[in-house]
Amino acid sequence: MRTAYTWAAITAIVLASTAGDVLLAYAMQRVGDLGEIRERDGLFAAIRAVVSNPWFMLGVGCMALAFFSLLVGLSWADVSLVAPASASITFVTNAIAAKLFLKENVDRRRWFSAVFVAAGVLLLAH
Amino acid sequence: MTFKKYLVLLAIVCFGSTGDTLLARGMRDVGEVHLSNWTHAITAIFNPWIACGIVCLIVFFGSYLASLSWADLTFVLPATAIGYVVLALLSKFFLHEQISLARWAGIGMIVAGVGFVAGGPSVTERNEGHEVAALVGDSEERA
Repeated sequence: MRTAYTWAAITAIVLASTAGDVLLAYAMQRVGDLGEIRERDGLFAAIRAVVSNPWFMLGVGCMALAFFSLLVGLSWADVSLVAPASASITFVTNAIAAKLFLKENVDRRRWFSAVFVAAGVLLLAH
Repeated sequence: MTFKKYLVLLAIVCFGSTGDTLLARGMRDVGEVHLSNWTHAITAIFNPWIACGIVCLIVFFGSYLASLSWADLTFVLPATAIGYVVLALLSKFFLHEQISLARWAGIGMIVAGVGFVAGGPSVTERNEGHEVAALVGDSEERA
């Protein structure tokens, strides 16, 4: 039962943080190059452009959800399982979500790198 | 990718891993947080290590957002995964944690993964909206 709870928490973390990353990336895509905005209108204009974007707020909400799922998960299982397992799976789900929703060109090189990093993060837990 | 943009990626790596290390160092002082003493989680932010860690993580988040405004998510995430390696090295030399053989293997795999993505294009070409266009951009960038 405990294992089921742990994996439920990991699933929740993965879903929430993937949604968060994709929403943040989508928000920043719509806002445009922050470096250019800062050079043109100043730092505060750049911050305002980000914070006033509703997709950004949604993304931050998902990140908060992921954080609290992590806290709940940590109360059921070891940090050395929950943190690397969720971080590692998120690299792969992010690649899938970026291809599906952000229409990024995820070529073979990027798949390889997502899988390598995911495996590496998992090994770091040992 | 300009030099300035590489600096932003470097900031993500450095401030992310330093922030996490500072939080871990601070939580050693604070001790374990349980439901019975959950207020410790709030007073923890006044611990100097944790306060510095939070500042680092704010800089990290700003740089992360900046990078997403000009690069793909599937480029930024693997490219900055080298931060996990920095984190492992910091926890070895600063927090004196042990790094097992499996961890060194993990570090090697992350470095390989970062190498794969770093050689490619950082952003999907959207004007042409075609994969061939992105590949052309790739070879031009490397040339």
